[in-house]
Amino acid sequence: MKDGNGGRPLVQLTAKDFKSDQEVRWCPGCGDYAILAAVQGFMPELGIARERIVFISGIGCAARFPYYMQTYGMHSIHGRAPAIATGLSSSRPDLSVWVVTGDGDALSIGGNHLIHVLRRNVNLKILLFNNQIYGLTKGQYSPTSPLGTHNKTTPFGSLDYPFNPVSLALGAEATFVARSVDTDRAHLTEILRRVAEHKGSAFVEIYQNCNVYNDGAFDAVREQENRILLQHGEPIRFGGEDGTVERGVVVRPGGGVEIVDVASVGEDALLRHDESAEDPSLAFALSRLSHTPVGPTPLGIFRAVERPVYDTLMAEQIEVTKRELGEGDLKKLLHAGDTWAIS
Amino acid sequence: MLYLRDRDMAAPPKPVEKVDGVVIRFAGDSGDGMQLAGARFTSETAMMGNDLSTLPDFPAEIRAPAGSLPGVSGFQIHFSDHDILTPGDEPNVLVAMNPAALRTNLRDLPRSGTLIVNRDAFTDRNLEKARYTANPLEDGSLDDYHVHEVPLTSLTLEALKDVEVTKREAERSKNMFALGLMSWLYHRPTEGTISYLEKKFQSRPPIAEANVLAFKAGWAYGETSEDFRVTYEIAPAKLPPGTYRNIRGNQALSLGLLAASVKSGLPLFLGAYPITPASEILEDLSRRKDFGVRTFQAEDEIAAVGAALGASFGGALGVCTSSGPGVVLKMETIGLAVTLELPLLIIDVQRAGPSTGMPTKPEQADLLLAMWGRNAESPVPVIAASTPGGCFDAAIEAARIALKYRTPVFLLSDAYLANGSEPWLIPDVDFLPDISTRFADAESHEGDFLPYRRDAETLARPWAIPGTPGLEHRIGGLEKADGTGNVSYDPDNHDHMVRLRAQKVAGIAADIPELAVDEQGDEELLVLSWGGTYGPVQAGVRRVRNDGGKVAHAHLGYLNPFPRNTGDVLRRFEKILVPEMNLGQLSKLVRAEFLVDAVGYNRVRGLPFRSSELAEAMKGML
Repeated sequence: MKDGNGGRPLVQLTAKDFKSDQEVRWCPGCGDYAILAAVQGFMPELGIARERIVFISGIGCAARFPYYMQTYGMHSIHGRAPAIATGLSSSRPDLSVWVVTGDGDALSIGGNHLIHVLRRNVNLKILLFNNQIYGLTKGQYSPTSPLGTHNKTTPFGSLDYPFNPVSLALGAEATFVARSVDTDRAHLTEILRRVAEHKGSAFVEIYQNCNVYNDGAFDAVREQENRILLQHGEPIRFGGEDGTVERGVVVRPGGGVEIVDVASVGEDALLRHDESAEDPSLAFALSRLSHTPVGPTPLGIFRAVERPVYDTLMAEQIEVTKRELGEGDLKKLLHAGDTWAIS
Repeated sequence: MLYLRDRDMAAPPKPVEKVDGVVIRFAGDSGDGMQLAGARFTSETAMMGNDLSTLPDFPAEIRAPAGSLPGVSGFQIHFSDHDILTPGDEPNVLVAMNPAALRTNLRDLPRSGTLIVNRDAFTDRNLEKARYTANPLEDGSLDDYHVHEVPLTSLTLEALKDVEVTKREAERSKNMFALGLMSWLYHRPTEGTISYLEKKFQSRPPIAEANVLAFKAGWAYGETSEDFRVTYEIAPAKLPPGTYRNIRGNQALSLGLLAASVKSGLPLFLGAYPITPASEILEDLSRRKDFGVRTFQAEDEIAAVGAALGASFGGALGVCTSSGPGVVLKMETIGLAVTLELPLLIIDVQRAGPSTGMPTKPEQADLLLAMWGRNAESPVPVIAASTPGGCFDAAIEAARIALKYRTPVFLLSDAYLANGSEPWLIPDVDFLPDISTRFADAESHEGDFLPYRRDAETLARPWAIPGTPGLEHRIGGLEKADGTGNVSYDPDNHDHMVRLRAQKVAGIAADIPELAVDEQGDEELLVLSWGGTYGPVQAGVRRVRNDGGKVAHAHLGYLNPFPRNTGDVLRRFEKILVPEMNLGQLSKLVRAEFLVDAVGYNRVRGLPFRSSELAEAMKGML
């Protein structure tokens, strides 16, 4: 993120420098703590002065995040963080702007803003903490809760088919889409690193445990045998440790991908992951391997491609116009067109 | 001024009659180009130095079924040799391009008024579409009017027979024939229109030629036809000296926002979603990249205001433009801006409602929405533009208040101001107010930086923008502790903060002009108006005075807070009449605030007030 520091020398900071003086008030045991620690631990790597970093959030448990970061921040209103961040980022390309959101905030009340910010490719880093539940309002089902979820507002089971956030982001023309897990600090940090390097909208779904209202929702992906770690250029394979069967992903005849035993198809048949593919079809197919993560689930970067950045295009239009027409002259503009004088 | 290049070849001039003013209405099908004809006639009139006021009146449908009653589009212009305030209550001259236009507009034309009709359009089919059972040109129903039946379509086709355009294209030029005829009748200059047409149709020379020829043919028809025996001359008006241009309210508002950007030294960020009648401001400003303007056509009204607020957080002049149905969607974000205490302009170009209502028609029924349309105690300053040209100053004033007091500000315009036009004395840029503001930095405070430590005089908090070293801080929608801005649920702190925010807005009263009263000193009746009704109300007052009635007039441009002397003014009069294009919103405010017996005159017809009806209402209270 060289563009984030206005060409200034990189700044040497530590994780401690990014801790604000505010007491963190998530429930003890909440996955948000781990994510906060990972982000604060990663921030010094950015090499950007704290005053050039802004965290913007909406409403929900995750949305308290900015209060705990010793940067500029805004805890805004439900679902609108991407819109507010668009205004900030596009008018201040010198800043590094991060959006912290949750499954209800980003995908329910703010769904419209999320898809539009992604298609525009505004230079925002979007961290979606997905816990499949409304935590702050005490346990109602969310747009990522599995069908049939029983909780306060769905005593007979939820009727809503859930969103798959990665599929949604890919469908919304996102240029960078990734998934990680709250407690896997090494993996999350690696993803954050790539997020920071990406020019344009970078979207990360982070599986986050709500130990109060939805404990254990992501236990399956904490098991090694279910973690499909996507690595660019490598065959997609997982498991095989501790006597488990090694499995892999192949392209299914007629479209889509499927999981097979590596032994039954041979290594050469495995799909090699290409995060930079222009066509998002295979990335989308990978995202469909697990709709709600109860079995083998891909983690890592699904898609990372380059496309012109909204903020840059906006700045360029201004630059080009000023070069061609000259700096706007108010007096001249007020007198433009037909005028007449009365003496 | 040059009237026509080939004037010498024309018939001998006809007698000229001098008149002091006239109201002309062009009416036709939406596809007949009436708005263009009206706009060109307006430009010609402006160049003549007449005072003028215009009122376009068009349906929301882009092309309603041809010839139908809902598809009629009108453009009225009032011009004179003295200063005028309105587009006129009723036309003296009605140009009706088809039976539907005649039917929908004739009721406004007084008996003995002049009627110019396109005879060719009075076919059985068109008469039926306009629900005429008999042809009004033949059944004697128009006997009380001075009727000129002009075969506009066939004359246009005849004039264009040698031009390489289709019959349909030739027909479409008949609005220019009508414009040419009217330009001849009222001695308007023609050069501007000819060069306008040549430029507009630059890429299609035959179309340009057709339009110019039709325009000239209309002029020539007036000169040669026996039907028109006299022409009319309206001397230039005596207006204050200076350079003028004709301007519509939306144009003036766009220029005002640009001026506010220049005079504040802040880049303009406009977040907007297309909505009638406000879209034009977004369109205008999207062209102004040379001023560094960033326009963001958002995915919805909520994102539009959100982005504007985000830009404000970053140190831009954040603005959003909309109309009532869009403004209601923005209210949550405006509430956030109230508590964040960041500058933000919300421009509501009001239209008739509720809901979608009548998108192209004016109303001023969003006043209480602007005042109170948010959850909890969330005071927002509200100001309103009074004339098309006044939209320019209102935009600068709204920005001044927003920047100085770090607050969202509502600016109310309406569809009448937005689309109506008048001559505008172009202000001297050097004399526009300096509205620059200072961002917080390391030197602007002592000790720890407190984002909610207030200026003792204005109660405004510091504006510390991202990128400023050492001032990193977090703001949000949760209640904040006084001073630090940290999240606080303390009961006394909340009570204190609610009152502080209210005091800050109320305190703006000390920083705005007192309410001026137009009076002789012995009136018992005060007419109190606000916003876009200034012209018709003041014209009504003049009518009453001409008839010997005593009436005083005060007009509010500041609705929240009211000017500091408002209560004193109201209590000086025995009777107060409040005309509004709503069911009594300002009445409610002044009754509640000042305990005065304000009487409303309320009409919501989607049309501006007529000065005659207002004069009657005033006389009724004398």
